Amino acid sequence: MATLELSVQEEIIAAPVKQTRRLGTLFWMAVGWIVLVFALAIFAPVLPLSSPTDMDMLDRRAPFSALHWLGTDGLGRDELARLIYGARISLLVGLCAPAIGLTVGGALGMLAGYFRGRFESLSVGSMDVLLAFPPLILTLAVTAFLGQSVFNLTCILGILGIPTFMRVARAATLTLARREFVIAAQALGATHARILLRELLPNVALPSLAFFLLGVAVFIVVEGSLSFLGFGVPPPISSWGSMIGEGRESLDVAPRLAFLPAIAMFLTVLSFNIVGDTIRAITDPRQG
Amino acid sequence: MNDAALLSVEDVAVDLPTPRGNLRAVDRVDLALGAGRTLGIVGESGCGKTMLSRAILQLLPKKARLTGRVMFDGRDLARCSAEGLRKLRARSLAVVFQDPMTSLNPVLTIGTQLTETLLEHLELDASAARKRAVELLAAVGIPEPEQRLTQYPHQFSGGMRQRVAIAIALSCEPKLLIADEPTTALDVTIQAQILDLLAREQRRRHMAMILITHDLGVVAGRTDEVAVMYAGRIVERAPTPVLFKKMHMPYTEALLAAIPKLEAAPHTPLPAISGRPPDPTRPLAGCAFSPRCRYASDRCHSEKPQLAQAEARDHRYACFHPIKLAAGVDA
Amino acid sequence: MMQEVMRAASDPLLKVENLVVEYVVGQRVVHAVSDVSLQIARGETLGLVGESGCGKSTLGRAVLRLRPVVSGRVIFDGEDLTAMQGEALRKMRRRAQLIFQDPIASLNPRRRIGDIVAEPLVIAGYDDAGRRQQLVYEVLSAVGLDPALVVDRLPHEFSGGQCQRICIARALVLNPEFIICDEPVSALDVSIRAQILNLLEEMKIRFGLTLLFIAHDLAVVKAVSDRVAVMYLGRLCEVGPSEQLFTKPAHPYTELLIEAIPVPDPDVRPAESVAVGEPPSPIAPPSGCRFRTRCPRADQRCRDEVPELRPVAPGQYAACHHPLT
Repeated sequence: MATLELSVQEEIIAAPVKQTRRLGTLFWMAVGWIVLVFALAIFAPVLPLSSPTDMDMLDRRAPFSALHWLGTDGLGRDELARLIYGARISLLVGLCAPAIGLTVGGALGMLAGYFRGRFESLSVGSMDVLLAFPPLILTLAVTAFLGQSVFNLTCILGILGIPTFMRVARAATLTLARREFVIAAQALGATHARILLRELLPNVALPSLAFFLLGVAVFIVVEGSLSFLGFGVPPPISSWGSMIGEGRESLDVAPRLAFLPAIAMFLTVLSFNIVGDTIRAITDPRQG
Repeated sequence: MNDAALLSVEDVAVDLPTPRGNLRAVDRVDLALGAGRTLGIVGESGCGKTMLSRAILQLLPKKARLTGRVMFDGRDLARCSAEGLRKLRARSLAVVFQDPMTSLNPVLTIGTQLTETLLEHLELDASAARKRAVELLAAVGIPEPEQRLTQYPHQFSGGMRQRVAIAIALSCEPKLLIADEPTTALDVTIQAQILDLLAREQRRRHMAMILITHDLGVVAGRTDEVAVMYAGRIVERAPTPVLFKKMHMPYTEALLAAIPKLEAAPHTPLPAISGRPPDPTRPLAGCAFSPRCRYASDRCHSEKPQLAQAEARDHRYACFHPIKLAAGVDA
Repeated sequence: MMQEVMRAASDPLLKVENLVVEYVVGQRVVHAVSDVSLQIARGETLGLVGESGCGKSTLGRAVLRLRPVVSGRVIFDGEDLTAMQGEALRKMRRRAQLIFQDPIASLNPRRRIGDIVAEPLVIAGYDDAGRRQQLVYEVLSAVGLDPALVVDRLPHEFSGGQCQRICIARALVLNPEFIICDEPVSALDVSIRAQILNLLEEMKIRFGLTLLFIAHDLAVVKAVSDRVAVMYLGRLCEVGPSEQLFTKPAHPYTELLIEAIPVPDPDVRPAESVAVGEPPSPIAPPSGCRFRTRCPRADQRCRDEVPELRPVAPGQYAACHHPLT
């Protein structure tokens, strides 16, 4: 007779083949650049740099030299030091603003996608209202009213970023909350909190994280643009954006003053984009 | 191979490169199908039946490599030009897929999807095409066909959508229709209707048909010949009554036995096949079914059985220890 | 009344009384379950069969309070489930579990198998990690998997059949009394189906379970059920012992289902299907008997009067004005 199996027998499980994802050289170069910039920014105070605020009026717009590796700017300040200290501000705003969006928007999005109903309508509605404000005008108004500072700038940019993160988290939660493993958790008597934290959050976190990295890139540019126009970080604090703005005056004499911070910003934004995209590509197939 | 065969698949193999190594989806398959005849291809998921149908239709993924010949109406499809294939597609070779939700374009009306094939391949003018579209919808059993022409796929139920897909496939009077699991996604009462429809249209048009399914019940009453696939190979092939009554492959027998029968009393233990289908990226040296086979011997584990001729005409099987079911039948 | 007519031999573990479940899609109301009553005795397997859209899955979930109930009651072991809230409801959940159709989607793709199967224990308050591991290992062995090879892996490393075994293990780890199986084998290959069905039967005996087995495949349902209920568009058509129901169906829809099954025997010519048309939408179900639009026996009475479940044979009830027997 045919193969008869009347009793349960052990299933042979073969050892799984490790699926190695080839992360390209471009990815690692991007990571390398980010690590470098971070390291320089964090350790700036202990590095043997000239002070970024010391003005050497006799040596303005000096070319590259042993004393000043990247020359000096229009007020005689060391360009390399300014770049590194500028990185601190650009990165600070670039990281903290989307972080606000991620935590607040992400939480709101998950709750809206999970509970649905009136809460969802309310949240989505408020996000629509927020999105309706022209961001630039809102930022200008707030800084004019409350004063220009790094803190105010970060807060207002953070709040402006909330709707997008809310959308990402809500979309991810909506698809996941209908999957059987969530219903299975409900059938086990898990509380809502437990389901949100243990079942949904690990699945929503990765796409949100990938989006966060892309957000960092965006916010560095946003802060840069505002500072370029003079509405971002207040002097004497300088970021890459304000450095580009100041360098505008010297374009005919010393174009490097505008280009060096621009290149730094370009490379950093590009790196965050590459890393963000790669992470998103990695996490997506697994989600299926 | 039969010279009069409409379709003749000769030593066809399909290889797919994957991150885990080469995947041999179809392993040297031979098939022949005459005009007006129905062939059933039966197998579980991963056995290669869908890849085989794609190989015949020349719709393989870009990375796939095809070896062997696919002779259709005297021409080797694998060596046809793109233009030549295109001309063949609707006129001679048609296909119905499993999922009616995704096989129809959601943003075009049914009428557009029906008539575009007619306009393209039969060179009718718009009003003649429209008239023919209405006839086709009526033939596949869709009520009020004129109204339905302007509707979109989402306004139809699953069974209706599959009927529309069949209408599109039949629109240019193909010589061969390949139905890849056409009823798997449908309810059982709708399944019966769709299979009846296919059978009726086939008889009427004297069309050849390949019915691909995992359900032995579906092929039993509706095919002339059945081929059973396992791990990319055809392991048994016979005229339908011969396959069911005089099967030689332990896999075929086990598959049949594992289906719950309505006649059996409740709580009768089902003869299940232990283990699971092999990993196609790690082919075994011997018979692919040997780890799960009751009768496996050392020879089965080390040597691959080739298709051998059984006593009945057109009955072939690949096994070193065939089952002798009917009295007096010798392998 | 209905309860007397439907009483099972022993004290029923589950009693569903006049259950109505509806939900709103856009502006319209879907009548998923309309006035369904049934009983399941302890140790019994009741099969619930019907095609897509008949409401059987919704019924299964509503019984476990995973869907809001519009009216009606569910009595589990003497207690009114529909009236329970909060902690009492959570406690009840340990005694009644659910197995789903798609085994891979039923497992959180980012959690390890060991954690997934231990989850019910954690929720139920088993604080001792050692004890939890012991129970997890026991139940994984019971379903035919080697615990040491399985606990640290992720769901995507397993096949459909293995995932379903893991889901069954998860459902069994708290030693429940009642399990609702919602199409547990439909997504699996034929050869794996038989394995899982055998496993369910063995687990039922070993753990002393009562089962509600929901499926659209009659042969599968018959293989594991003592009694079978047939559902169409939110209403029960027929209920009866398995063997009796399939050899002598009383309701035309049951007969239609039986005839539509493809029989793996080349001598049996498939009957030209008597089925006319498609099932109507549960948004606007037909008046009276909901099957009348496809029934060859329908008449005016079928249009005006909703048929009640009436006995047509010992233990067998059909909701039809013109039953077959």
